[in-house]
Amino acid sequence: MVEGSMRSIVLTKGVPDFSEGAVSFDEDGHLERGKTPTVMNPNDGFAVRAALQTKVRHGGHVSGMSMGPPGYADVLKEAMGSVYTDDSYLLSDRELAASDTWATAITLSAGLEKYQEEVGEIDLVFAGFKSADGETGQTGPQTAWAMDWPIVTHVLALDIDPDERTLRAKRLVEGDRDEIETVEAPLPCFVVTDPEFQPTYRKASHRLTHKRLRAETEERAADHDDHLTTWSQEDLNLDPDYIGLDGSPTIVSSVDPIPKAPSEREATMVDPDEETEMSEVLEEMQPYAAGAGD
Amino acid sequence: MTEYEHYEAVVVGCGPGGAAAAARLADHGVETLVLERGTEAGSKNVSGGLIYAEESAPYTIDDLFEGFREEAGERPVTDYHIHNIAENSVKTYDLSDLHEDDTDWCDAVLRRKMDSWLERRVHEKTSETGGGVLTNVRVNGLLRDGGEIVGVTCDELDPIKADLIVGADGVNSELARDAGLMDWEEPDEWFQGVKAVVDMEPDVIDDRFDIEPDEGAAHLFSGDLFEDVRGGGFLYTNEDSLSIGTVFHLDSLVEQEAEPHELLDALLTHPLLAQWVRDDYHEREYAAKLVPDSKKVAHEEPYRDRLVLVGDAAGQMQAQGPIIKGMNHAVTAGALAADAFVVTRGNTDSEAVGRRYAQMLEKSGTMDKLRPRRYEISRTLGERDAVTNVVERVLESPVGSVAIGNPIANRLLKRAYNSPFLVSMLPDTKTGYVTLPSIIGEEHGRSIHWENEIEPPTLEERIGDLTYDTDIGNPHIELRDESVEASGAAVHACPVSAEDFGGGCYRSETVATNGSEETLVSLDTQPCIECGTCAVVADTDWEHPRGGKGVEYREG
Ligand SMILES: Cc1cc2nc3c(=O)[nH]c(=O)nc-3n(C[C@H](O)[C@H](O)[C@H](O)COP(=O)(O)OP(=O)(O)OC[C@H]3O[C@@H](n4cnc5c(N)ncnc54)[C@H](O)[C@@H]3O)c2cc1C
Ligand code: SF4
Repeated sequence: MVEGSMRSIVLTKGVPDFSEGAVSFDEDGHLERGKTPTVMNPNDGFAVRAALQTKVRHGGHVSGMSMGPPGYADVLKEAMGSVYTDDSYLLSDRELAASDTWATAITLSAGLEKYQEEVGEIDLVFAGFKSADGETGQTGPQTAWAMDWPIVTHVLALDIDPDERTLRAKRLVEGDRDEIETVEAPLPCFVVTDPEFQPTYRKASHRLTHKRLRAETEERAADHDDHLTTWSQEDLNLDPDYIGLDGSPTIVSSVDPIPKAPSEREATMVDPDEETEMSEVLEEMQPYAAGAGD
Repeated sequence: MTEYEHYEAVVVGCGPGGAAAAARLADHGVETLVLERGTEAGSKNVSGGLIYAEESAPYTIDDLFEGFREEAGERPVTDYHIHNIAENSVKTYDLSDLHEDDTDWCDAVLRRKMDSWLERRVHEKTSETGGGVLTNVRVNGLLRDGGEIVGVTCDELDPIKADLIVGADGVNSELARDAGLMDWEEPDEWFQGVKAVVDMEPDVIDDRFDIEPDEGAAHLFSGDLFEDVRGGGFLYTNEDSLSIGTVFHLDSLVEQEAEPHELLDALLTHPLLAQWVRDDYHEREYAAKLVPDSKKVAHEEPYRDRLVLVGDAAGQMQAQGPIIKGMNHAVTAGALAADAFVVTRGNTDSEAVGRRYAQMLEKSGTMDKLRPRRYEISRTLGERDAVTNVVERVLESPVGSVAIGNPIANRLLKRAYNSPFLVSMLPDTKTGYVTLPSIIGEEHGRSIHWENEIEPPTLEERIGDLTYDTDIGNPHIELRDESVEASGAAVHACPVSAEDFGGGCYRSETVATNGSEETLVSLDTQPCIECGTCAVVADTDWEHPRGGKGVEYREG
């Protein structure tokens, strides 16, 4: 097979397994993270499908990347099983614990920078759409912003032109079901898929590739550790002041024990297209971004 | 013409015919893509089934797939009997001679296990050529360029071009129909097979059939237990289950307005069955499928342009008296088609491969097994009602019965049954299927008084136990004519429909139309098991469901 030139990253995160029987809360209604198993954010599944479609159609290399405790290696292994990633990168350090989305975005962008320096130039970053533990879906856009790369959200269908180094996406305008537009963006680019994203494989050769990748990945995922690289805070050269709990401007006061209900917390919702709101956030973020860059 | 994907060979269907063709093509290094509509090969297929390896055949399945018998088969048949039944009186003949004639080996198989095993082997082999097997893909027609067949079109994929297209898509082949090589018009060209797979522990099988763990039994049943419907029943032992079923001439089912599930139940509840199955009867699966009668439909020239048909798609299903041979011929034909392609490769005449393939079928003696010349002669006799009636009247008269009933006749009859020559000449009349066996049963048989405790499930329970992935809002069969005259036969003949049963596919309904009452036929394809019957007996637009949709057999 001809190896394509595309290089993609799928960002995934672990979330507590909220399914019946798996999730555990303490007396005060706090989620017991230690007792609740971690699984891949179900919504990242959509990102994963888009990354897989790109790999099947254009070949190339897909890496999974996640920030979290060492246990998140299982999440990356799960991604390897479903997106057929070639390898995994885990950004994991005690210092990174309790990061909010901004601190996570800074850390992830540092991870992407290091990846570019040490592994290869990235063409596409796929991120999921909101996570099942009540996160707001900001990590993707915030990481894109920190990288200064374009981002296309609410993507329903994706076409890539590796020669022209552009992508063309069908997306829901403002996440609205009724309004669909087609946009073009240069690579490298962030892609946030909509849960409605449908990969299409209408060529026999694509389906055969898909089948071959599945068979190969089954073997690879069985010894996932051999394909896992862990980077610590030191590896990433991050200033501890700007990461982890210390670097997180968002305070979460409590999490509602009902899995699907919205969490009670004080978070500022920012519309990335709203210029004034956005620039306030950008100002606030300036120091973190600088910290990640060097 | 638009740029389409191209493969050297595209094989449609991964049953024994398609698997053999693809394996042989891959052995020759031909880039081969196999398209199968089931979610896994075997999930759509039903056989009785005994797969034969004939000594005279140019290819057998274990030639092409090493380890087939150990890994894909059930028990070898070491014990073969036919039972002639007249009510409770049964005369049993050992059928070993007929069974063993030209037989290297013969094993019982279950199609899901067998075909999915073949699919994996075929995928391994064809992957090496740059192709492979894709499941969940239904080919819906032929791709043509200026009237010439150059590839296939699919529900799930863009059109694909190929130098060779192997139509191994089984009975009710949509490719054969599209190419104008087969039609689905005449009920007398088909049989309908119905079968139940029944749970039984291996040691219980050994005990009740008096066989060793590496042995197997086959029993056939004919006579008056199916009333006047022409056909018979079978029972084969698998590793840990039994396959029990019936095969009837479709025209006879239609004429007699018989209900296929009731005929199966007539076999299951006959006292004879009580020796093997007790009140522990548990049915794993109910299944049905049409079976072509090669004597009438095996195509002499099963090709058009680059398309060649193999197996059931070409009508290559031989009913050798009571013995049914379809899988083995599909294997032979598939492998021959592959060889024909390789020797004619590079020939600018696109039909060179088809002509060579037809020659090979002829030369290998396969065609004469499928369409014995002697049958063509006896058929004209047997089908002349006058002749049949005379024979029947003689048989039914005391003189005739006595003649059959005397000891010499007993010996001769056993020999006649075991003669491949004679059984292939039996005309398709009631005489061979019903009259003769019941007279034999009555005159020579012994009465059995075993109490049969089997309680077969109802049709509703049978449907309820099946697995479906329904293509909601996209029915694969459409009724063209709702009148009873055009489509009413399906209410009986559809194996998952019955008069007065509201949960089946075909129903007859009385509707009031301005004052007068009219009976109309309606169709709900949800419980359909894709047997193909109504494509022949009703006026429909008939297609298979999209890839992966519809019924999914676990046993087959
Ligand atoms: C009840 C019963 C008992 C039988 N007993 C015996 C027996 O004992 N011994 C024996 O040798 N034979 C027996 N037969 C006959 C035997 O099953 C057939 O002759 C044999 O299966 C033919 O093989 P094939 O490869 O031609 O077709 P099939 O085995 O029917 O395979 C066709 C394949 O093509 C696929 N397909 C169909 N249409 C499409 C499409 N449009 N696109 C993609 N894929 C498609 C199907 O899913 C299937 O996998 C019996 C049949 C029945 C019904
Ligand atoms: S609807 Fe037609 S194809 Fe389906 S099970 Fe009934 S007779 Fe067979």
